Amino acid sequence: MSTASVTLPRWINYGLIPLLNLIVAFLISGFVIWLIGESPLAALSLLIEGVFGSGEGIGFTLYYATSFIFTGLSVAVAIHAGLFNIGSEGQAYIGGLGCALVALALDNYVPWYVTMPIAVIGAGIFGAAWAFIPAFLQAKRGSHIVITTIMFNFIAATLMVYLLVHVLIVPGKMAPETRTFLEGGQLPKLGWIMSMFGSKLGAAPFNVSFIIALVAAWFVWMLVWRSKLGFEMRTLGVSPTAAVYAGVPYARTVIIAMLLSGALAGMMALNPVMGSSARLQVEFVGGAGFVGIAVSLMGRNHPLGIIFSAILFGALYRGGDWISFEMPNITREMILVIQGLVILFAGALEYMFRPAMVLIYQQFKRA
Amino acid sequence: MDYYEIFISVLSSTIRLSIPLIFTALAGLFSERAGVFDIGLEGKMLGSAFAAACVAYLTDSAWLGLGAGIVCSVALSLVHGFASITNRGNQIVSGVAINFFVAGITIVLGQAWFGQGGRTPQLVPEARFAPIILPGADAIREVPIIGPLYAGVISGNNILTYLAFLAVPFSWWVLYRTRFGLRLRAVGENPGAVDTAGISVTWLRYRAVMCAGILCGFAGTYLAIAQSAAFIKDMSAGRGYIALAALVFAKWKPVPVMFACLLFGFLDALANFMQGKSVPLIGEVPVQVFQALPYILTCVLLAGFIGVAIPPKAGGVPYTKER
Repeated sequence: MSTASVTLPRWINYGLIPLLNLIVAFLISGFVIWLIGESPLAALSLLIEGVFGSGEGIGFTLYYATSFIFTGLSVAVAIHAGLFNIGSEGQAYIGGLGCALVALALDNYVPWYVTMPIAVIGAGIFGAAWAFIPAFLQAKRGSHIVITTIMFNFIAATLMVYLLVHVLIVPGKMAPETRTFLEGGQLPKLGWIMSMFGSKLGAAPFNVSFIIALVAAWFVWMLVWRSKLGFEMRTLGVSPTAAVYAGVPYARTVIIAMLLSGALAGMMALNPVMGSSARLQVEFVGGAGFVGIAVSLMGRNHPLGIIFSAILFGALYRGGDWISFEMPNITREMILVIQGLVILFAGALEYMFRPAMVLIYQQFKRA
Repeated sequence: MDYYEIFISVLSSTIRLSIPLIFTALAGLFSERAGVFDIGLEGKMLGSAFAAACVAYLTDSAWLGLGAGIVCSVALSLVHGFASITNRGNQIVSGVAINFFVAGITIVLGQAWFGQGGRTPQLVPEARFAPIILPGADAIREVPIIGPLYAGVISGNNILTYLAFLAVPFSWWVLYRTRFGLRLRAVGENPGAVDTAGISVTWLRYRAVMCAGILCGFAGTYLAIAQSAAFIKDMSAGRGYIALAALVFAKWKPVPVMFACLLFGFLDALANFMQGKSVPLIGEVPVQVFQALPYILTCVLLAGFIGVAIPPKAGGVPYTKER
């Protein structure tokens, strides 16, 4: 008997099943913690303490979440058009180059609120440009976008190492990074939001790019569900043949979707580069592009869901730092384990509990 | 150093660097020929490297290490199979999940068990696969041309190296000359036809991903206990993806897979060799150029500029029986 065709109410499909998947992922993570001889409950309470115990904890959580909102949106936009963009990591990396070049050029002359919009555009254009070649190859030459975007991640990484070591490095310095941006190239912290709630931001680099991320989320919602282009993208995502038959231009839509995806990934760079470290460093993306995959899957590719799941992952990252500080036996890489399990259960095994859910639901309806 | 000596040393490091690629790319070959994409090659290689290093350290036996590497890698393959074959989940998402999980768990467990920042302790020589000196290697070392080639390249490798080169014709034979291979290739092109013939698509695909697991187990074991003498965090360093690139480059065929891996291994060896040396007319070539070349070549190939790489038709598509 096939249960795939039974319709379930939305609260089960979009609420209960993802929640169940998340719980299983956490239970297995707890098992891993138990396996290495620590108490999962103690780790959980440390995680909660690390995130909610101080304004600084919340600030760090939202700082991480900002990056994940951008990359999550990037992955989601592509998924709606039926494209699996694994290249957000590389696109964000190159986006950082665009953003840093703008900041380096302008920080001496204008205040941050003039630099910021130009840096947003710079980061977006560089990110989009890096997504363009895989998009073009997919649209015109039929090369599989998954493989080309993976390749482009590696090309981006080697290119950026080259640029930072040989071109952008400060002469006479050893560290492969650009010079520190002046005030005109730094995004202000959002300490005032924290003080509204009577709490302090501390050292957390929570900054203005969070607001840009929220605007981007709204923009993506408008685009995907309220515009002609979005409708065409979604049609293409559901069935490319039907979309082409209905007159959706395949190549154009694929390329535009990937450009938007790349631009969103590129804008992520604002957060660490201009919002936190005020310079371009090696590996500043730190896997956020890949986290975007998990964030998008958890959030069911919807901007609102992405914001929530980005905050959840932000909390995991902050909490992971805190746990590894307090329990030296549990390293920071525990986050990767949890992330892998979330991707596995919320993404690849998303339908595992569905047949059971359908049976239970039908029992209830009959009763 | 004269040119022939340089040639020999680059050639022998080419072979050293190609072995994990050959095993992993052959693993991908089995899986993808059966219609299951495998982005998780990287994770499987890393996981088996960790398992092999742990068991080899605890038992002082290289062979038990190899066994553990294979078991670990097959277990990960079964997770991938459960997600993408039984539950018809997205194969790419499942592979990405495995990569994440393994990248984390190896460091977490390594730190918890050995407390060396995610490394495993250094292995004693008995716990590693030692170089095998082929008969007569020392005797003909002084013979010009052939001597250094035989003694420095062909002889003196460990058993896994020879197994890798045997695995290539063996894979070819399995895929093209056995009933299992014929069905495996058919299930990647047209699973519906295989199903109509009364053969289980599910079981065939499971066997294919298990073959991939076994081969990845060899690759990881080679990294941890043949090439090195311990597990180091992230020691697979993107080789799983390079193997994927080699697979595309070889158009999903066993013998070209070997040559593609040797080519990528050669680029790697050349990059190591060229570090800090300058090329006549061009000057010093940045290492990054060599590092990026396999990826760039693969994209160029995928774009159809050097022949067309056509993946198995049913690749990436979960099979649904009814409807």
